[in-house]
Amino acid sequence: MRLPMNPILPRTVTRSLAALAALAPAMLAAQAAPVASKGPTLIKNATVLTVTKGTLQNTDVLLQNGKIARVGQNLQAPAGATVVDATGKFLMPGIIDPHSHMMSDAINEGSLSVTSMVRITDVLNPTAINVYRALAGGVTTINILHGSANTIGGQNATVKLKYGREADEMVFPGAPPGIKFALGENVTRKSRTSLPGGPPARYPTSRMGQEEVLRDAFTRARDYKASWDDYRRGGSKGVAPRRDLELEPLVEVLEGKRLVHAHSYRGDEMLMLLNLADEFGFKVKTLQHGLEGYKIASEIAKHGAGLSTFADSWSYKIEAYDAIPYNVAILTRKGVVTTINSDSDERVRRLNVDAAKLMKYGGLTEEEALKTITYNGAIQLGVQDRVGSIEVGKDADVALWSAHPLSVYANVDRTYIDGELFFDRQKDIAERDAKARERQQLERAEQQTPARQQRPAQPFIPNEERR
Amino acid sequence: MPRIYTSTAALLAAVLAPAALSAQLGSYNPPPGPQGTFAIRGARIVTVSGPEIASGTVVISGGKIAAVGADAAVPSGATVIDGAGLTVYPGMMDAGTSLGLSEIPQGAPATVDASEVGTFNPNAQAYYGVNPQSAHIGVTRVVGITHVLTRPSGGVIAGQAALLNLAGSTVPEMNLVQRAGLVIELPRSGFGGGRFGGGFAFQTAGNQQDVARTRTRQLDSLRAMLRDADAYQNVQDAYAKDRSLPRPKQDVVLASLVAAARGQMPVLFIADRAADIREAIAFADEMKLKPIIVGGRDAWQVASLLKQKDVPVLLSSVMDLPSREDDPYDVNFGAPSKLAAAGVRFAITSGDQGAEARNLPYTAGMAAAFGLSKADALKSVTLWPAQILGIGSRLGSIEVGKVANLVVTDGDLLEARTQTKHLFIDGRPVPLESKHTDLNDRFKDRP
Repeated sequence: MRLPMNPILPRTVTRSLAALAALAPAMLAAQAAPVASKGPTLIKNATVLTVTKGTLQNTDVLLQNGKIARVGQNLQAPAGATVVDATGKFLMPGIIDPHSHMMSDAINEGSLSVTSMVRITDVLNPTAINVYRALAGGVTTINILHGSANTIGGQNATVKLKYGREADEMVFPGAPPGIKFALGENVTRKSRTSLPGGPPARYPTSRMGQEEVLRDAFTRARDYKASWDDYRRGGSKGVAPRRDLELEPLVEVLEGKRLVHAHSYRGDEMLMLLNLADEFGFKVKTLQHGLEGYKIASEIAKHGAGLSTFADSWSYKIEAYDAIPYNVAILTRKGVVTTINSDSDERVRRLNVDAAKLMKYGGLTEEEALKTITYNGAIQLGVQDRVGSIEVGKDADVALWSAHPLSVYANVDRTYIDGELFFDRQKDIAERDAKARERQQLERAEQQTPARQQRPAQPFIPNEERR
Repeated sequence: MPRIYTSTAALLAAVLAPAALSAQLGSYNPPPGPQGTFAIRGARIVTVSGPEIASGTVVISGGKIAAVGADAAVPSGATVIDGAGLTVYPGMMDAGTSLGLSEIPQGAPATVDASEVGTFNPNAQAYYGVNPQSAHIGVTRVVGITHVLTRPSGGVIAGQAALLNLAGSTVPEMNLVQRAGLVIELPRSGFGGGRFGGGFAFQTAGNQQDVARTRTRQLDSLRAMLRDADAYQNVQDAYAKDRSLPRPKQDVVLASLVAAARGQMPVLFIADRAADIREAIAFADEMKLKPIIVGGRDAWQVASLLKQKDVPVLLSSVMDLPSREDDPYDVNFGAPSKLAAAGVRFAITSGDQGAEARNLPYTAGMAAAFGLSKADALKSVTLWPAQILGIGSRLGSIEVGKVANLVVTDGDLLEARTQTKHLFIDGRPVPLESKHTDLNDRFKDRP
C-alpha cells in the first residue's frame, strides 16, 4: 500500500457520508443491478484496439455466452442480440489494475511481520462504490493486495469488477493465488514510529532485518515442506505433520503455485529479494511499484520478474525520490513485462492517461503503452489466456471509449465483463434526475422520524440472538 | 565534548538531514540561457487570447514577446527556431501548488517548509521558503508549465502566496509577484468539517459546542486583525504626513496584512464545500476583501452566487473522487463545464504540493472529456489563472509585450503523449533536462 501523499491540504472524508449511512442501502440498490441482460451483444463498426493483434478499423465484435465470439467486418447479429453502433468509437480490452486495495474492509494485518495466513478474500466488500467508478474508467479486473506493513503480507484476490454481485461471484475464477511481500520504508515504519502517536517499533526496522525475515520464513517453509514430503513418501511413521497456516502459502510459493507480488522501491532491496528467491528456488512474479527498477533492469529481466509501477508518482517519500517516469520504457527495452497500476481508487479511473504518459517518457509505441494497462497485467496475474486482449475465445471484458483511450479527451461509454454490461454512461446520465429526487425524498423522510433522544434506549441485538 | 540534544527530533534532524538529503537535493535544474532575440518560425501558433495562426512566427526579444503573426518579420541576428510541424502555446500556469516548499513530504520533515507554527501567520511568505533548486521545478517546467502560484498552508492565516517563474538560480530571479495573495482557511463549523479542521476538532472536542466556541473565537480574532491592520496603516499614513505626531510603533504582522485588509491584494480562501464557499464570500463581503476561492470542489453548486459576486475559483478538485457515495461518478470531472456554463471565472490547478504539478495539463484535459470545450480547458491553465491573479496583462497568452513564457510542442498541449520541443521562460531558453532525464541518461544503457 502506498501511504497518502499529503496533498497540499489533506482532505478528510466528508463526515456527511456517515450521516447518510442509513440511506446507503437504498441508494446502492438503485445502482446495483447490472444494466443489461446476459444476451449476446454485437458492437458494430468500432476501431478495435486488440492490443495483441493490432488495430482493426470499422470492425464488429460479437460478445456471446460471456466470450468474445467473433471479430470481423459486417457480422450478422444473432437472434436476440443487442446491437451497439460504435461508429467513431474505440473498443479496447478491459483495463487491468495489478495493484489495488479497493473493496477491502481491512488492508494490513500489521501486528506481525509474516502474515501469510491472512486472506483478502475474507474482507471483500462488493458494494464499494469505487468499483462502479472504476468501471466508468474502463477497468474490469483488479488485483487486490494486502497492504505493505509486513515483509510477508497476506494473500491477494484477483477480482472482476462485477458491481452489484456477491463477492464470491466477483473473484476471478481460476486465477492463480498470490501473496504480497513488502520491503523498505513501509515495513521499517521509521517515518512514523518517530512521530508522536506513531506505531511502536517492530522487527524488522531495517533492510537487514527484512532479508533475515524472508530467509527465516523460507527456511522454515522448506523444512515444513520436507516434513510433508517425508510423510507422503510414507515416512514420519504415518503421523501427518501439524498443519501450519503461516507456512502453507510459502510452500506454495516454493512449489511455484502461488505468485509473489513484492512491494519494493529501491533497486538494492529488489536485488536482495531476487537473489534470495533464486537461492530458495522460487520466482518473484511481480515487483510492485519497483520505482528504481530501471537501476537494475538487467537483473530483473534475468530473474524473469515482471514489474508494476506508477506512471509518474515520485518524491512523496525518501525511497521514491529517484523514481523516474522513464522506468517503464527502460524496463520494457530490457524485456521485462511491465504494467502501470493505480494503488488508488481515484487513479484507477484514469489509467488510460497514465499509460499515454509512457509514450511521452521513453517513447513507448501506442501498442506497448496499451499493453501496460491490459495484456501485461493479465500476464502478471496469470490470466493472460482469459483476458487482456481482444481475441476470439477470450472473456468478453471490453470497454467502449468515445475517443482513442490514450487521449485525455476520451471517456468510457460502456464497460462489459463476461459479455454483461456493467457500466453504461448514457443510462447513468439518464437516471441522475430520478436518483436526485430519491435522495431528496429519503432526506425528507429522515427528518420526519422521531428525534433520537425520544427513542427508547435499546442495545442492538442481532436477530439470531433474539431467537 | 559531545553535543547534547534535548530531544530525539533534534538529534534525528542533526544526524539525518545533512547526510541523507544534502547530497540528493538540488542541482538538478540546469540554468536557463540568457535573454536574447529568438524567432520561432513557421509554427502553428495558439495565441489563446486571439485566433489561432495556422503558420506564423513568434519573435522574442529581451524577455518579452516582440512580434507575433503569420507574416511577422524575423529580426536580423535572431536565433531562428524551425517551427515546422510544431505548435507554440503560452506557458501554462499552475495556480494551486506549494511548489518548492515541500520536497519530500513523508519521512523527511526537514525538506518541508510549507507551514508555520501557530494559527495566524500573515507575514509568512512563500517567497522566502521556496527552494529554487527543488527538483520539482525542473520536472514541472519541461511539460510546459512555466509559472506557478505557490502557497503556504496550515492555520487560519497560512501566509502569503508567491507567483514565480520556474527558471532562475534564485527566487528573486524567478519572481513575478512576491506577494500574490493572502491564504486564509476559515475555521469550519459543525458536522462535515474539512481537512485539518472541523471534523477532527469535532471528534476530539467531544461536543460540538467546544468546536463552535473555538471557531467563533478564531473568526473574531481574524476580524480584529484585519481591522487592526487597516487602523495601523491609517496611523502610519498620518505620521508620514505629519511628523509632529507621536511616532507609531512598527509591527511586521499588521503591516503584512494591510494590502489584503484593504482589498488591494486577493485573499485566497481555501474552501471546498458549498457552505464553506458561501461563508467565505459572506466574510469577504463583511470585511470588504477581494476573495478568490481555492479548492472549490462544490463551487458549481453555488455558481450563481459566485457569478453574481464575481468571485473567481482556483479549482483543485477535478480529479477528486466524488465526496458523496451517490454523487454522479463524474461530478468533479464535470464541475468545470458547469462553472463555465454559469459564467463563473475559474482556473484549473493541480492542487499538488509540487512533485505532481506536471499533471496539470491532463487535469484540464479530463475536464474537456467531461463537457468543457477544449479551448476553455486550455484557457483554464493559461490565460484565466493569470487574469484571476491580476497578471493577465503580462502572462497567459501570446501577445506582443507579454512576458515570453512559451512552450513549443509536437502536438496538443493537454495530451499526455505530447512532447515539449522548446521552452522559454522570461524570454530565456530553458534546457529540457531535469532530475528525471538525468537519471534516465545515466541508467538507460546500463548493461
